[in-house]
Amino acid sequence: MSGTEAARFAQGAFEPGQLEVGQVVAERELRVTRDSLVRYAGASGDFNAIHYRDDVAAAVGLPGVLAHGMLTMGAAVQPVIDWAGPARILDYQVRFTRPVVVDPDAGATLHVLAKVGQLGEGTARIDLTVTAGEQTVLGKAQVVVATDR
Amino acid sequence: MPVNPELQGRQYPPTAPYLVGREKVREFARAVQATHPEHLDVEAARAAGHADVIAPPTFPVVIQQLTWNQLLDDPEAGIVLERIVHGDQRFTATRPIVAGDELTAQLTVTRVRSLGGNDMVTCETEVTDASGKHVVTATSSLVVAGEAA
Repeated sequence: MSGTEAARFAQGAFEPGQLEVGQVVAERELRVTRDSLVRYAGASGDFNAIHYRDDVAAAVGLPGVLAHGMLTMGAAVQPVIDWAGPARILDYQVRFTRPVVVDPDAGATLHVLAKVGQLGEGTARIDLTVTAGEQTVLGKAQVVVATDR
Repeated sequence: MPVNPELQGRQYPPTAPYLVGREKVREFARAVQATHPEHLDVEAARAAGHADVIAPPTFPVVIQQLTWNQLLDDPEAGIVLERIVHGDQRFTATRPIVAGDELTAQLTVTRVRSLGGNDMVTCETEVTDASGKHVVTATSSLVVAGEAA
């Protein structure tokens, strides 16, 4: 793996005392395929057919089969979990601003960039920028992480 | 039928207890591409001080969905699944969900408002454990498309 590629999947050590606003704490590329959607449907219990049937997606006027918003939300926080540890995640919110179309062959690639947005008393707000292609798919994607334990 | 404005403030009965299974946590964790060992490996979870594997931060959606079904099944609500778009989602946790937890969820409609021909319904689902202690609150805004849309 070249240096550049390594950086794309980088994740620093969790050093709560060293955090600065604007600092990148994690970055990752995630692959979502039709298989991922079927797996998520089963695991979550969300069997809305727009997430696995092209004919149903087309019938309701969608550009294609879409990833579950909750799958995008659930996967996008993983780089932060790997950095801080799962028990430090106190609050996590997103707005679903743009659907992620999942091509039957090519799937979709999501890019997640996690930066320190704000430092509080015993907490840090990590802001996620989540893009598919060049377009942002989540808005106000914020994770509050405990920094006092 | 538009969303019933009198829905604001309505609270549904608590759901039947949901027993969080270890394999369900693992299944969900894999579906959201979680790799942290505390979600998958019992020994790693115990070493971190948890009784068993802990669920990813978006896992409460599995239980929250049970409360959404109450809303959709309410003939007075005027909310039809096919016209709903998930607007935003938030999880505010007191502690992580652990395999073995027996959880109950209760939904309150906190806000109903019209927004350019659509209705926006905000609901809060409070998830508590067997001892009645708060575990996580899941808040969602659902955009319900108007008839003409």
